[in-house]
Amino acid sequence: MTGQTLIEKLWKLHTVADLGGGAALLYIDRIFLHERTGSVSLKELAARNIPVRHKEHVFVTMDHIVDTLPGRGDDTLMPSGKDFILTTRAAALAAGVNLFDIKDPRQGIVHVVSAEQGITLPGFTQVCPDSHSCTLGALGAFAWGIGSTQGTHALATKTLEVAKPKMMRVTFTGKLGPGVTSKDMILHLIGKYSASGGSGYAIEFAGPGITSLPQENRFTICNMAVEFGAFTGIIAPDETTFAWIEGRPYAPAGALWDQAVAHWRTLNSDADAVFDQEIVIDCADISPTVTWGTSPGQTSPIAGEVPDPAATADDAVRKAAEKALQYMDLTPGMKLEGLPITAAFIGSCTNARLSDLQAAAAVVKGRHVKAGVRAIVVPGSTKVKRDAEAEGLDRIFTDAGFEWREAGCSMCFFAGGESFGEKERVISSTNRNFENRQGPKTRTHLASPATVAASAIAGAIADARKLG
Amino acid sequence: MEKFTTLKSVAAPLPLPNIDTDVIIPSREMKGTGKTGLSVGMFANWRYSDPIKRVENPDFILNKAPYRAAKILIGGKNFGCGSSREHAVWAMSEYGFRAVLAPSFGAIFYGNCVRNGILPVVLSEDLITALAEKTAADPAKNQIEIDLPRQTVSVADGTPYVFTIPRADKDMLVEGLDSVDLTLRRGGEIEAFERADHNVRPWAYATPASSN
Repeated sequence: MTGQTLIEKLWKLHTVADLGGGAALLYIDRIFLHERTGSVSLKELAARNIPVRHKEHVFVTMDHIVDTLPGRGDDTLMPSGKDFILTTRAAALAAGVNLFDIKDPRQGIVHVVSAEQGITLPGFTQVCPDSHSCTLGALGAFAWGIGSTQGTHALATKTLEVAKPKMMRVTFTGKLGPGVTSKDMILHLIGKYSASGGSGYAIEFAGPGITSLPQENRFTICNMAVEFGAFTGIIAPDETTFAWIEGRPYAPAGALWDQAVAHWRTLNSDADAVFDQEIVIDCADISPTVTWGTSPGQTSPIAGEVPDPAATADDAVRKAAEKALQYMDLTPGMKLEGLPITAAFIGSCTNARLSDLQAAAAVVKGRHVKAGVRAIVVPGSTKVKRDAEAEGLDRIFTDAGFEWREAGCSMCFFAGGESFGEKERVISSTNRNFENRQGPKTRTHLASPATVAASAIAGAIADARKLG
Repeated sequence: MEKFTTLKSVAAPLPLPNIDTDVIIPSREMKGTGKTGLSVGMFANWRYSDPIKRVENPDFILNKAPYRAAKILIGGKNFGCGSSREHAVWAMSEYGFRAVLAPSFGAIFYGNCVRNGILPVVLSEDLITALAEKTAADPAKNQIEIDLPRQTVSVADGTPYVFTIPRADKDMLVEGLDSVDLTLRRGGEIEAFERADHNVRPWAYATPASSN
């Protein structure tokens, strides 16, 4: 008998019933909701008079719609945003689930909060009606994004019907060069294999390039598994993971902690496990990476040029690239480095943890944002914000001319409220460079926090390594 | 949920890869906390030359006369990737779409479709290209016919192409089933799972009060 992959082990551990044809009814350990998509799930359940099963395992926070300006409350710049907040709050209170409301010190972006509070643990299954739920795979959890109807199903039954994904392993060998980050690793992967390269797969990220990463940087990798088209991503939990989790508010303690860690040490792919597909990437081949188009697969090394769509054989891919260049107002052969920008954004579930802010602050310290550039930092959670302030990072950013915000998703997307201006060119530490994502006709270039920080200073896409 | 058995309709070809759910329903168009009133915002940034004033873009496929009645959309690779927003599917359903044909789908979008009476059909890239070309040549004549019980797609009385679909998804669509009710009937199995699992992973059942 061949060995099992980590995902296969978690699949088996959570199977309530085999539904045939490779599908199973899986037990869901934790459910997280936010005010954008969560209230629909709770409201539907209430309308049908079905209680939440294990409401103590359900968590709700406000991150998507809530403003990030100082002194914020229930009122939002997004028209009708207040309705989302009030409806979600009322539904959460009525259902009796855990609520981390706007002024709660545990508030923040769901995927940041769930990890930092110790709610997500290795081996857990976890869902949220949010596509970036895969972020939590970095703790060795089997976590994925769902729709609101599936959210209702999970709340009512603590289970979900899931078609078993195919298995892929992406192994990062070798060592990253100085100034190259986990954001560059995942952008490089998606750039090389396209935004649909992981379609149909659950992906395990492995190899020395992964195990050598600090825990926080691993979240960035798994966060963008969905931008690779994958069902989800996961990293086997190790001593780095256990040390990061220990002592967090919802993590087990005492004898239960020891028992949990002993179990977690078994959560890895067997040496003889067979994957449906394997990809190997040498970290030495990875440069700071920036996107040039409107799909996260349209990337280039920062020193590179905008590619010529004419060189693409696939008709549909070429047309999409031509459409992207038109939208981005770029022409083939243009250098990315030095391309003027008018805004810089550091935030999101991809890159707004304390270590991300530290990396950006290290670049910014003693420098100033270029005149005419709007630069913003939005911490991923209220805890991240307070921890950053305790280290004085807020002063470094504000002295340099950055805005320092309250925690939330903020301008990672445009919902009709705050946005970057029409056709503005933004360098962003977020995960999606889709058309109109950050504002009307806004042109987004995805990059690491260090690259965003360096670009804010330079007023153009810049390589942080050259700032010295 | 509306049942899906057979469907014959004009199909609108939009075969670009990676059409994301931000394109299908921009965040700005998700104005309410419910599932309705979304169809007017569907594809807003492509469909309107001025999305605020709702000025139609005559070049967009769904604004062209033969395609206005399309109940089938032909998409490209990774259709519906990106955000999990079910609003994309609610908007398409309210607009009148009942099926999407594409070489592959965003996983969450696919799951949202089958839970809202929209059939996602996976076909090879070559076949998608051929169907898109055929429908573009004469949309009214080359209508697409889908038979879900038989799992076939055909065009203008041509050869039926067989597609695959997970059995649970097919059942849900053909019978218009509500999976919450179905799973609630498995309450006994879920309880038995929890009892056994509690012994293996007691920390997974601890509440904050007992774990701190």
